[in-house]
Parts: sequence; C-alpha cells; structure tokens
Amino acid sequence: MLNTVKNIGQKEKIKLFLEQRKPIIEDWKHTYYLWKSTPLAMIGTVIIFIFLTVAIFAPLFTTYSPTEQFMEERLLPPSSQHIFGTDQYGRDIFSRVVYGARIEVWIIFIVSIISVMIGIIVGITAGYFGSAVDEILMRITDMFLAFPRLILAMVLTAVLGPNLTNTMIAISLVDWTVYARLGRAEAMKVKSQPYIEAIRAVGAKDLRIIAFHVLPMSISPVIVQLTLRMGTIILTAAGLGFLGLGAQPPTPEWGAIVSDGRSYLVDQWWISTFPGMAIAFVVLGFNLLGDGIRDILDPRLRR
Amino acid sequence: MQKVRGDLLNISKLKVVFYTYRGIIKALNGVELWMNQGERLGIVGETGCGKSVTALSIMGLIEQPGEIIEGDILFGDKLLTSMKENELINIRGKEISMIFQEPNAALNPVMKVGFQIAESIGKVKNKKIGKEVYAEVRRMLEIAGLDWERTINLYPHELSGGMAQRVMIAMALSSNPKLLIADEPTSALDVTIQAQILELLDELVKKFGNAVILITHNMGVAAEFCDKMAVMYAGNMVEYARTTNIFENPHHHYTRGLLKAVPKIGRTDELQSIPGIVPDLVNPPSGCRFHPRCKHVMDICRKDFPPLVEIKPGHYVACYLYWKEGIKNANS
Repeated sequence: MLNTVKNIGQKEKIKLFLEQRKPIIEDWKHTYYLWKSTPLAMIGTVIIFIFLTVAIFAPLFTTYSPTEQFMEERLLPPSSQHIFGTDQYGRDIFSRVVYGARIEVWIIFIVSIISVMIGIIVGITAGYFGSAVDEILMRITDMFLAFPRLILAMVLTAVLGPNLTNTMIAISLVDWTVYARLGRAEAMKVKSQPYIEAIRAVGAKDLRIIAFHVLPMSISPVIVQLTLRMGTIILTAAGLGFLGLGAQPPTPEWGAIVSDGRSYLVDQWWISTFPGMAIAFVVLGFNLLGDGIRDILDPRLRR
Repeated sequence: MQKVRGDLLNISKLKVVFYTYRGIIKALNGVELWMNQGERLGIVGETGCGKSVTALSIMGLIEQPGEIIEGDILFGDKLLTSMKENELINIRGKEISMIFQEPNAALNPVMKVGFQIAESIGKVKNKKIGKEVYAEVRRMLEIAGLDWERTINLYPHELSGGMAQRVMIAMALSSNPKLLIADEPTSALDVTIQAQILELLDELVKKFGNAVILITHNMGVAAEFCDKMAVMYAGNMVEYARTTNIFENPHHHYTRGLLKAVPKIGRTDELQSIPGIVPDLVNPPSGCRFHPRCKHVMDICRKDFPPLVEIKPGHYVACYLYWKEGIKNANS
C-alpha cells in the first residue's frame, strides 16, 4: 500500500508507516506491560544489564590492571583503595572481577554459537530425514547425555589440555545435546506440515527445504532454551576454572579466582567471596530473566 | 511392460503399500490409468480410496513408511518409477505440478507469498531470485486474478482461502507444466469461491493447454470440469470412461451407487447409500474388493480380482458382470 501512495510528505509517511505497524506496536506495548508486571523478570533484566555494561566498559570502572602484581600490596583487606581487597600477588580483586565479566561474556557467546550450531544441525538432520539417520544421530546424542555434564566437560578439557579455548569447546560439546533434541522435535513437527509437501512437489531439494523452510520454523524454541541455559554455561565454566581445568592463571576467570583464594579462605575471606558472589549474582540474573521470558512468551499467560 | 494407452501418462499395475504397526496397508492394488496430452481427467471416490496416494505416486512423493512395490508410471517417454530422486526433482514443478487441498496450509506461514512463488519460479527457470523472477511473479499473480501490488508482500495468514488457492495456482502454473495435479483444490473453500476457482482453472488450462488430473469426491465438480472420469474404490480403478458415459451409462455397481447418492434438484426418488462400509485396507476382502457390498456378487468375485476391460469403445470397467462383453470386444 505504501508504494501506491507516492506524493505525500515525510510526516504523513511516518504516520502511515505507524498506522500499518499498529498491531506490532500494540503487541510490543503489551509485552512491555507484562515485563513490568513481572518483578522477577525485571530484576533479572537489570542484573544482566549491569553484567553486560560492566563487561563492555570494564576499563572505565577499574583503576588497576587485573593481572599486574604488586608484591608489597599483597593480601590487603577491602578498603577505599581496593574495594574488594587484593590477593596473594597484590592484584586488585575488583579489577579481576570486572575483567572476569568480559571473559564470561566471551564464554557464553562462543559456547552459544558452537553448541546451537552443532545441536541444530544434528537435530534438524535427524528430525527431517528420520529412520536410520535419526536413529544414528540420536543414539550419539544419547551417548553424550549419558554422562553427567560436569564430568564430561572435565574429561574433555583434560584430554584437550586445560586452557580457555578448550574449556569453551568442551562446554559446547556437552551443551549441544539439548538443542539437538529440541531441534529434532521441531523438525519432525514441521516436516509433516502440508507446505513442506507442497514445496517438495515444486521440486525443492532437501538442503533447500531444510535451510529455508524447516530451520526458520524450528529455531525459536531453541533460542528461548538458549537464554534459559546461559546461567548453566557460566556455572560450568566457573566450575572448570575452579578445578584448574578452565582458564589458566593469570586470566581473571571467576572460577579460577575463587580457586586462587581457597587456601586463604579462613584469614583473607575476600579473595574467594567477591568473585563467588559475582557468579551467584549473574547466574541468578540469567535464571530470573529466563523464567521471565518464558512467562512473557507463554501464550496462555499472555492474555 | 503394458501397452502404451495414452501419450502423456501411463500407469500400469501400480501397487503401493504402507507399513504401519497395525499391519501392511494395501493402499493401491494395481491401479491402471492413462491419459493424453491436454486431457482433463477426474478421479473420484470415497475418502481413503487411494486418490491422493495415486497423485503422490505420480509425483514420486511416496515416503517412508510407504513404498511402491509394483507397477510402472510412464510419463511421456520417461519411466518415473525407476528414476532416482535427483532426476525426479527436475520433473517436479517443471513438468508436473500440484495444487493441494488446504491452500492456507500448503504455504509456508513465515514467508511472504511473493517470495514463495519466486522460489518456485527461480527453481524451474534455474535463475537467481531477482528482478527478473519477481517480474514473472507479478505476471503470474495477475494471471491468477490477484492484485499483485496488494498480495505480493502478504503472509499466508493474511490471505483468504480463495486468495491462497489462487496463489497456489499461480505457483503451479508458473512453469507451464505438461500435467497439473489438483488434489481436491476446492474442498476447503465455500461454494461461491469453489465456482470461481474452478472457472479460473478452466480458463487457464484452456489458455496454456495443460493436462489436468482433478482429484475430488464431488461428482458435480468432476462433471463440470473433466473430459474423462476414473472411479476408484479401495485402491482400485473400477470404471474409466468419458464423463458423459459415466453419468449417463454407469456400469460398475459402485459407480451406480455413487450416482444414486448425489442429490439433485428435481430428483424425486430417495437418495440411496451403498450398504456396508469401506473395507479395512490392512485386511481387504479377497477377490474384488467391492464384493461384500455388491448386490450382484458371484462366486468368481470372491476369488479373483476382475481386470479392467473395455466393454465399449473408451469405456473400461473392472467387474465380472461385464467380463464376457469385454472379452468379446477385445477379440473383435
């Protein structure tokens, strides 16, 4: 309709544009209202917002380098100079926690991409082709699911060699099974829809059907699941870091910092406590946000 | 191999089964069908008699757990049943297109209508989707009687059933296929729209000269549209003749039963249903699958399946009642 009316001013164009998009705008308004009326989702959003801001603008918040060592300032308690205190090498804990946020964001980002990609490819292939392909791929998935998640991640990092990159690969290799199962279920549902049969009747090849018709329809539940799992990803990464299998010193990864302060816990409690609190805070934030998103998107609760 | 009886499509002794937990469903039991170029064939029969399965077999779209276990489908000079999937892909859409029953469900709900037509045109003409293809999309929408400016950017849920079916027709005819299979194209639409869609199909097919297989359970629709009609029952072709012959002079007792069940203005006698129910295709009756419901059942009907024989020129019936006539015709 926009292209039928040509000679109108800019203002009217905007007005027309808004009028046409009215249902979508109304829908967004309603979503905002629901978000506002779910306090837990709001708290989660605020926490994640703080987490991301801190990660992006880390240098603005800190005065000390996260890795530089000042041996004369070692093991200082929290004060106005070092608000979270210093560790056994005289490094500022606050700087380490703030820069640690960057590493956690990086881990979440990479793990999400790798695991969703593997999961979606395996799941949709299995669901779309069915029969033998399905059996083989899903039994492989079951093999991964059979191990406790943390144990498998530990084994994988131990085999690959403990460093940050390998941690991310290991967590991805543990995490993809969830998306594979979800993707498979969705692909099976979409596959039997009449429009897939119709597009096959036009002569579309399997690859095209999967990429253009099955994938877009099956991706949304996977995305929702991903937001719900981000907390778990951090927890796994921190767990591996704590066990010394994750990021290696002096990388300021939260789990590794907690591990650093372990032997000083009785007298110098601040080394482990503050990064531990950061982990708890962010995981809580992701879980609250995930729950909130699920509630907001639930069509039964929407109206 | 059977003799070639039509110059466009020849189906001989086609058997399709579906493997299910309940047992093997014998969906098609030796279907025979043939048609010439530019002809319009109506396939009628009750729900579950194998009309759609026949159509899907022609397209090569029978999927697990189904399988074609016997028979040939000859399209022009190509034997479709022995072709591999990647060869069939070049036939689908290009030489044989299909229109589906639920037009709204047959369009991908997350894609704009214009893009979906462009996709199929691009595939058929082997072009990247661009300006040229979209020009063709507009032309096809116009031909299908839609205002392209309004329709091209709509999503399927914004279309009414009639509009969606017009879009499907635009898509199916964009490649100018030799054969168009319309699987109950009007069943999901209300009566006035039905008439419009049939008129549109009629007009376009006349213009482009495509052959059409119209699958329907509505005898009226078939009578209006088709040159020839094939009546199916429980996976078999039981009668095949010109439409006028089927209506004026039906031979098979199933066809007669069907016609007696059609309401008509001015009809004074009572509508009659065929006694009995459609057989379970996991355990179909022996011999002629219609024999438990047939008034004129003979011993031979219970033992053997009657072949499709020509009892008059161009009129084929699969029934032992006319078996002798058929033999006479074949010999003379």
